[in-house]
Amino acid sequence: MKTAVVIFPGSNCDQDVIHAVRTTLGTEVAEVWHRENDLPSGTDLVILPGGFSYGDYLRSGAMAARSPVMKSVARHGGKGGLILGICNGFQVLTEARLLPGVLLPNRTLSFICRPCFLRVENTATPFTNRFPKGQVVQFPIAHGDGLYSLPEDELKALEDRGGVVFRYASPEGIADDNGNPNGSLNNIAGIISPEGNILGLMPHPERASEALLGGEDGCLFWQSILSFLEKGGR
Amino acid sequence: MVHHVHVFIQLKDGVLDIQGKAVAHSLLSLGHSSLQSVKVGKYIQLWIESETAASAKEQASAMCDDLLVNGIIEQFRIEVEGE
Repeated sequence: MKTAVVIFPGSNCDQDVIHAVRTTLGTEVAEVWHRENDLPSGTDLVILPGGFSYGDYLRSGAMAARSPVMKSVARHGGKGGLILGICNGFQVLTEARLLPGVLLPNRTLSFICRPCFLRVENTATPFTNRFPKGQVVQFPIAHGDGLYSLPEDELKALEDRGGVVFRYASPEGIADDNGNPNGSLNNIAGIISPEGNILGLMPHPERASEALLGGEDGCLFWQSILSFLEKGGR
Repeated sequence: MVHHVHVFIQLKDGVLDIQGKAVAHSLLSLGHSSLQSVKVGKYIQLWIESETAASAKEQASAMCDDLLVNGIIEQFRIEVEGE
């Protein structure tokens, strides 16, 4: 399994995610600067990490989505390759139209940085196949623009096709407004593309992949990807 | 010639304008009790080298589509000085 982590000016979770993949899976991880035109050959998984690419100017992720490397990332996704966008990476994926919807400022208008409970809604994905359906996991969130929104008809289509992979919930797994930190529609924390190869989520699995750092729920996330690829997934 | 272009960007109707709500709340708490509603948007100025104002407007519109505006949630209006 070869992972490529794209680094934009202002990315700040790149080293965290590289560390998480290396320590959890022991597999190869390459760093790719945003001005590169090509991904390393044989890349299985592209990760767009968290941070504040281009200072979040204009709109979160807007300028990163137009970086030179994103053409290669889109091609990789178009061929069925795996793409994972975490936090700012999720914002970049929506701005690049690789995932539907937008991420608006949190309803609190504040930056929220705290542990968060999520319910795993769809386990038939390359990123979640090792989780039992409905399992509640704890990943931290750290974002100012995390309110996932899209028009009502598209929201219904997303829900109907099982596109919601993670939902904010209570520790008991109840996904109501009390468990919703940022006002995301339908408590949406993470979604997957119709083809099932591009995932975006606001919470940080890479910050929950080591007991020393407060939790290991993220380990199954990385192991799911490895399992998928080892079974012949692209 | 260089045309001075003004781009006004606003959230589309129906998109939750949390900043507008917060600003309205603050103004009301300052005693501006006649205030009904606030919308917060963006104002961007561009200087574009172009033969005609119409062409400058066209180029600005392309820039909006390419980067400046997210058509899912935002709408825009362009004014070219001297047009």
